[in-house]
Order: sequence, then structure tokens, then C-alpha cells
Amino acid sequence: MTKEEIINRLQPVFRDVFDDRRIKVNQNTNANDIIGWDSLTHIQLLAATEDEFSIKFAVEDVASLKNVGELVDIILKTIEKN
Amino acid sequence: MKELDYPFDAKQLLRKRKAIKKSLTENNETKLPLRMAVLGGSTTNDVVDMLELFLLNNSIAPVFYQSEYGRFWEDAVFENRELDLFQPEIIYVHTTNRNIDQWPSAGVDKEIADKLAMHQMEKYSIMLDALTEKYHCPIIQNNFEPPAYRLIGNRSVMVPDGRVHFVNQMNILLNDYASSHSNIYINDIAYLAADLGLYHWYDSFAWYMYKYAMSLEAIPFLGFSVSNIVKSIYGKNKKVMALDLDNTLWGGVIGDDGVEGIVVGNETSKGQIYIEFQQYIKELQNRGVLLGVISKNDESNAMEGLNHPAMVLHPDDFVSIHANWEPKSINLEQMAKEINLVPDSFVFVDDNPAEREIVRASILNCGVPEIGEAENYIRILDHCGYFEQSSFSDDDLARNKMYKENAQRNSLRSKYANYEDYLRGLEMKAEISSFESIYVDRIAQLTNKSNQYNLTTRRFSRNEIEQMMLDPTYITLYGKLLDRFGDNGVVSVAIGEKKDNNLEIILWLMSCRVLKRDMEYAMMDSLVECCKGQGIENIIGMYIPTAKNAMVKDFYQLQGFLQIGEQTDGSTKWELKVSDYISKNRVITINQ
Repeated sequence: MTKEEIINRLQPVFRDVFDDRRIKVNQNTNANDIIGWDSLTHIQLLAATEDEFSIKFAVEDVASLKNVGELVDIILKTIEKN
Repeated sequence: MKELDYPFDAKQLLRKRKAIKKSLTENNETKLPLRMAVLGGSTTNDVVDMLELFLLNNSIAPVFYQSEYGRFWEDAVFENRELDLFQPEIIYVHTTNRNIDQWPSAGVDKEIADKLAMHQMEKYSIMLDALTEKYHCPIIQNNFEPPAYRLIGNRSVMVPDGRVHFVNQMNILLNDYASSHSNIYINDIAYLAADLGLYHWYDSFAWYMYKYAMSLEAIPFLGFSVSNIVKSIYGKNKKVMALDLDNTLWGGVIGDDGVEGIVVGNETSKGQIYIEFQQYIKELQNRGVLLGVISKNDESNAMEGLNHPAMVLHPDDFVSIHANWEPKSINLEQMAKEINLVPDSFVFVDDNPAEREIVRASILNCGVPEIGEAENYIRILDHCGYFEQSSFSDDDLARNKMYKENAQRNSLRSKYANYEDYLRGLEMKAEISSFESIYVDRIAQLTNKSNQYNLTTRRFSRNEIEQMMLDPTYITLYGKLLDRFGDNGVVSVAIGEKKDNNLEIILWLMSCRVLKRDMEYAMMDSLVECCKGQGIENIIGMYIPTAKNAMVKDFYQLQGFLQIGEQTDGSTKWELKVSDYISKNRVITINQ
């Protein structure tokens, strides 16, 4: 799976969690870009992402993510691990 | 909302909670406002979010107070202006075995372990006493789930220093406290965790990352459980179960199989399923649930089935029995009027998804469980929580806030403007063609079993059917019906014999399972097309009355035929000029 494909699949996850069809995510998107992206919705994003890609994150991998690009990297890494 | 009915997709609820909440709050429904305090021994945010969805689904609009992280005890026991100002009407204490301060250490004896348990219980009774004294309201308290690890394995359940044993002790003490305090309701997370499986209940990731005492996927189930207690306290339990008969209370279709052919009784696996299901329903009745029957059958057939010797439920177990061919939604409305209850206090139990759809669409907030396969009826119905018991009698605290049902409310707010729209919504497709070898068995079966929707009740052997299939002097048609919910299989059979320029229909039958779907009109469309293709000018039909087929007396009239003869025995003869035929089928797509 390419980073492009992962971002494409992350988009509906973001749209569902924030209930906003207009959201567009890219590698640089972070919490400053989306209203309502706080520590609580962050939990929801991670859980929905795990479900979307049928993976389970490790604590050390997601404890400090800065933006969607880093999330994409972790998704790739976790998929490969599994 | 169907999404919030058990069995729900927990992950979808978590992911789409914003949209679901929006849908529930914008549905113009009057809801009971409720101030609910959630005191947590661990993170409560997602718990509150899920609880909110299930409460909204029960027509309750909650406003929440949440304690600061982990401060359930302090918030309860010490002065708390914020909580005082909030004036909670109901409190939920979200604790788990993560909140057990002190587990018995290795080797302690029974005396010390018991003291430890009582000391721990005292912490909870101090808290619950304080809450009751300050707020005089119902309090829902989690019990303790089995521990995540046992250290010593199986013996942990038995020995005083075993963690499993300790949790069981704590739960007994909690039960004792709740039994003597009428405002305390136990939320049985021990059962919940077992139901999900400890493997799915526990999630270290969720604990270490977010301090959730259970996995995120467990949280919707937890919210559902608490919401069931709340809605029960506020009088929103269902009160009646309206049950289908065929393939719901017994296996098979009595109209087709006859009373000897239905499957109910302990001699077969399948029969046992229905016996146990009836026993479960009887137990619900013993606890105050009213029972009714809504069945698409002639009344005589329904009563014959209900009087089958193996049945656990008998006619006098039902406050009302509706056995007819009218839409079940209409029947439910009428039954509700008869027994003086609102239709949304009903649970509609039917194996047929098409029937469930029309009731779900027509009657707001009627319970319509997706009961699945017969062997799962009990499990699903039980998990739906329609009849959650919250007291032995009316709860005085709740009566003040009891939601007054509006008996005049127009409950037939149909999703469909009319019945035809409903039929269209079924997305029916028919496969109608001349007999084929693969269907001969089923055609023979129908030919020899169908009694009700059968114009001539002529029986043909398999051989005769195969011969007619190959003989060009016969036009044969089988009809298979598919809809949005699945494939109903071959449901109709017609055979006509060519005589000069006429076709005489010697057999026309249909399974009662697909009555009132306009399948007979689709079949006639195909027959007429066949006739046109073979230069047939007139179709002649006979109706030969029997004790069981009165329902098709007017079949040919409805199809646009003209009556040309009648005999003393009641049989009638009908004729249609093929060129005059007008199709009446508007809802079934044929052979596409």
C-alpha cells in the first residue's frame, strides 16, 4: 500500500469522526487544521484508523504523533509488522 | 435507530457518533430531559458519548456532569458545589476492578481477606450513602468484573487470597447493599465482561494510553447496559410482545405444511429450538410481559397451530390473536388500541425481514429486533433489553418524572406514503420461465402441498410434471421471487393446456409466504406474453373451491378475466381475451 492510498482511506475516517464531508487531509494536516481535533477526538481517530486498516497500534508508536504524515508512516510500519 | 439496536456494530458507533447524535437530536421527537452525573474511577469521555446515543434513542435527552479524572469518591463524599449546582437526577458510578485499592496479598487467611473486602465495601457504602443523602436520586453502580490476571490460575476462585475470589466477595457485598437500598441499581459489568469475553473486554493499550478501564469496543456495550437501566427506571420498558407464528414460534409454514408438518417439539433439534424459545417467552410472560400474535394465516390455521400438542404457548396465553392477510403494521396498531397501550410499547418478533421493515417504517419506536436464525432468537431478544427490570414495583422516585405517553399521538408515521411504495422499496425481481429440470423437485413439492393459494388443487406426480415440461401442448411457468432481503426461491407455478387457439389454465398456485406482493400479476404478465408469442387468443381459467382455497375465489376477476360460467358446486369459469390484457404489475422487475 502506498502513502497516497493510505491517505485516501484516512479521509473518510476523518470525515466520519468529525462528521464533516468537507475535510481534506494531507501529509501535513495536524490538530491545528481541524476544529474539534482535541485529545478526545484524537482517541477516536486512532481507534477508527485501527479498525479501517485492521491493525493494532503499539503504545510507543502513537504516543506522540505530530501530523497525518507521521500517522501514515506508523500505519505502514504496523501493516508490515502484521 | 436500527444502528443502535442490539446487535450493534460497536466500532461504527464509535466512529460515526457525531452523525448518529445529530440524527437523533434532529428527529423532532419530544424527549425527556435528564441531568446525569457520571463519576468515574477511570476515563469516562467515550462512556458518556455512547451512553448519550443510547439514551437519545430511548427518547431521553441527557445533560452530563463528569467528575475530574478518577475522582469518583472525592466528588461524592466531599463538598462539591459544582455537582450541587448541577442537581443530578440520576448518578452513574463508573468504577471497575482497577479501583480496588487493595487486593489480598499472598497467603492471607479467610479472616483477613474478609476484613479487606468489608473495608473496601465500606469505601463504596460511604460514597453511596453520601450521594443518596445529598441528591436523593437513583444511583447506578458498576459491580466488579473478573480480574485481568489470576497469578495462581484456577484456584484463584476458591482461596481467600485469590483475586477472582475477592472480586466475587466484593460483588456479593455490593448486592447486599443494593438489596437494602432501593435507589441503588447494580450495572453488572461482571456479566458484560463475560458476555464480550475478557479477551475483548480488556485492552492494555486503552489503559496505558488513555486510562480506559476497558477496550474502546466494549464501551458501546457498557453504554447500552447503563441506558437500559435508565430507561427502565423512567418507565420506558416495552410492555407487549407481538409474535409471528410461522418460523417464529414453530418451524415451517402451517398454511403450506399443515399442522402435522410444522416443526415443534423435543424430538428434533429444530423442534427443540422452538420449544425453548416458547419457554423463554413464557418466562417473560410470568414477569408481566403481555403476548400477542400477528400472523399472516387464516385464523383456522393459526388456531390449529397454537393448539398443537407440543406447544408451550397456548391460545389463552395471548391477549390478542390477529391472523389475517392485512399488513402487520395495521394489525399492530389495531392490537394496541384493543389493549389500550401505545404501539411503541410493543416488541415485534418476526423472522421475516420484509415484515420487520414495514413495521419498523410505520411505527415509530416499536421494538423490531433483528432476530437472525432461530437458534439465536433467545440470545438476541434477551440482549435487546426491552424488559429490563428495575424494581419489583413502581419506583416512587421515578414516578415524579415518568414520561406521560401521548395516547393520541399519531403512531402510523409511515416511512412509505402508501403500500405500493413499500412494495417498490422491497426491490423485487422475479425470474419467470418455463419449467426447468433444476426446479422440478420444488415445483412438484409446491404442486402437492399447496392448498390455499391454489385455483384447481390438481396434483401431479414428478413424472407428469417432467412430461408436461417437454410437451409443446403445455405452457408451463415457474416463478422465483427475489427481494431486498434475499431469495424466496420458487414461489409460484402455472400450467396451461393448449386447445386450438385457447389456453386452459389447469394449475395455478402460489406460496402464501409471498402474498400481497403482486407476484400473481407478474406471473400473468409472463403467461400473456407466452400466449401472444404462440398465437393464443383466449385464456380460460377455472376456480374449483375446496375447504382451504376460499382466498382465491376472486383471483380471475382481479386479473381482469370475465366470468363465463358457474356450477352448483361453486366452481367458476373465466375467460380473458389476450389482446385485451392490461398488466397490473407495477412493482416487480421480471427476468432482468
